Amino acid sequence: MSEAPTTARAQILNGIRRSLRRGEITGEQREAVEERLARPPLGPTVARAQLAQPEKVALFCQWAEANNATVARVAASDVAAEVVSYLARNNLPARAAMAPSPQLADYDWDGQKMLSLRRGRGEAADQVSITGAFAGIAETGTLVMASGPEHPVTLNLLPDTHIVVVRESDIVSGYEDVWTRLRQRYGKDRMPRTINTLTGPSRTGDIEQAMELGAHGPRRMHIVVVPT
Amino acid sequence: MESTARDFNSNVDHALADPNLQDSLSKLKVGFSERRRQAAERLPEFEALRDRARDIKNHALANLDFYLEEFERKVLALGGHVHWAPTAADARRIIGELCQSMGARTVAKSKSMVAEEIALNEHLEAIGIAPIETDLGEYIIQLRHEPPSHIIAPAVHLTKDQVADTFLEHHAKLGFTRRLTERNDLVAEARHVLRQKFLDADVGLTGANFLVAETGSSMLITNEGNADLSNTLPRMHIVLASIEKVIPTLEDAAVLLRVLARSATGQESSAYTTLNTGPKRPGDLDGPEHYHVVILDNGRSAVLGTEMQEILRCIRCGACMNHCPVYGAIGGHAYGWVYPGPLGAVLTPQLIGVEEAGNLPNASTFCGRCESVCPVRIPLPKLMRHWREREFERHLTPVAVRQGLALWSFVARRPRLYRGLTALANRVLALFGRADGRYRALPLAGGWTRYRDLPAPPAGGTFHAQWKKKGPT
Ligand code: SF4
Repeated sequence: MSEAPTTARAQILNGIRRSLRRGEITGEQREAVEERLARPPLGPTVARAQLAQPEKVALFCQWAEANNATVARVAASDVAAEVVSYLARNNLPARAAMAPSPQLADYDWDGQKMLSLRRGRGEAADQVSITGAFAGIAETGTLVMASGPEHPVTLNLLPDTHIVVVRESDIVSGYEDVWTRLRQRYGKDRMPRTINTLTGPSRTGDIEQAMELGAHGPRRMHIVVVPT
Repeated sequence: MESTARDFNSNVDHALADPNLQDSLSKLKVGFSERRRQAAERLPEFEALRDRARDIKNHALANLDFYLEEFERKVLALGGHVHWAPTAADARRIIGELCQSMGARTVAKSKSMVAEEIALNEHLEAIGIAPIETDLGEYIIQLRHEPPSHIIAPAVHLTKDQVADTFLEHHAKLGFTRRLTERNDLVAEARHVLRQKFLDADVGLTGANFLVAETGSSMLITNEGNADLSNTLPRMHIVLASIEKVIPTLEDAAVLLRVLARSATGQESSAYTTLNTGPKRPGDLDGPEHYHVVILDNGRSAVLGTEMQEILRCIRCGACMNHCPVYGAIGGHAYGWVYPGPLGAVLTPQLIGVEEAGNLPNASTFCGRCESVCPVRIPLPKLMRHWREREFERHLTPVAVRQGLALWSFVARRPRLYRGLTALANRVLALFGRADGRYRALPLAGGWTRYRDLPAPPAGGTFHAQWKKKGPT
């Protein structure tokens, strides 16, 4: 695209080396940075999220609510009923776009005759989406969504109302645990195309620094926490 | 972005006389600053995280070439492209060509200070492509043809009523003919107008808060979700990032994320933190087909290895400006270029030249609040002092003057600014006291009335001349 990419590249990299008064990193220094990449050192531990699993789940729910999400804790058999009830409670249509994910397939959607589901990506006209989270972060009540054929990114963004199902066993302490799980699932060199971490619904503070919900993404986020 | 940093002194006078601006600025203290304090207090590990954040950025800068190459390798392996832009002109040309290769008519842009830095919008318009700012604040100022006044809240200088007038003026032709009075209605109207623009855009352009070398991912943090729509809906996603954005690993990102949101808005976490790695994968139902990262130097590599290197740790949280008494009195536009506040006072002379922006480092009381809140512990006052010393050396100014005269003349000539700074008067006085006994008698000790706080400036006329000109107000 640019006329002489290698030249521009060399210009920047050599400029950096000149300023740092050294050549390309070699020898022991190189081994040290390669080692640091291969085995990333952890930062200071955030104590508040170092909890036994039940307390971790409780902390997740507490922070999610503080972030303006709503939370329901229901048995796996009641997930579909909770979704229908949530939509009714909020005067929303019983119609949703759902991620074509095996993680969601087990719930009793067929038992909810009122609910009409379309499985696929999010479209502009969708009012409600239902997705499954890759993980939940207890430290801040954050959901982690990993993209893929079964998890379209548009479902996290386009609808006004986003309903997310997260399993208790997928709730972890902090980001570091999420990275470990991602490497285990996808391999260290192959992140999913998109990781969306969602901390409550979309918001903006751009008018007079006052937070308003529903800037570009969902205005409402409902999290359904399910025991495993 | 065209600089007006050269006119800093007159910019300041304008700012001090603008009632809407002063009204907006008065909210900063109770807004971002107070929320940051509470967030920091809620997290016992906050100070330790700041130390670690500083160390991570220092490590990344010391090995910057290695991590950039590693980042590039990972992006290429997953089907993305990396472009190297030594100058702003290179970056503009590369992005322009990429947009043209898609036959793009519109580009959905997510707020990027680096894009402001290289004046990307002007270039795109010149080649017939319409850039659409999608961050609410950026959208508002784009409609008003104004530059951003804050790095994380670009429209922080405006009141709700000004936004309402702007929307009415520009949205009436789209059928929104009622003047809105509530913030949530203004947000909803902008959402509606911009949603269609997202769906129509051929290219999405975002900045990056971090580039993660380990995974080849660009990391973006927003509250609105506009960056995510920009990198998901259009067929091409272009990331524009400067060289110092690269960090080694995801673990390092976790540390930086924890200090960034808290320092910026006082949130525990921003609503959206997104990692993008390459283009859409086989079987994916959405995402861009093309993924390009443009890595910009624009003078930064030359800062490495100098006494100014520490400014490259900056993670653009905005805390230094939120806590700066000078920014709080004059707002962001007076600084005349992309980066205002203490960050701008240090970075702008570096990026656009001391001839243009040499006045900015004087815009400080050296109160030290910026350094005390900077999440990566950049010694901003020290770096401003470096600039001033360089500037004085250039003008062969006597050593005695170096200590405080520039500051004195800057502050003292502006009674309203001076009043805003009275809480700091004692420190300022001490500074003058150190400089030379003569300045001890300067009227900086508070208790001054509106009539009497026009101290005599060293240039521009005596006290009596000023008095005559302006009169008692
Ligand atoms: S200099 Fe520090 S406080 Fe200012 S924007 Fe950069 S990181 Fe934030």
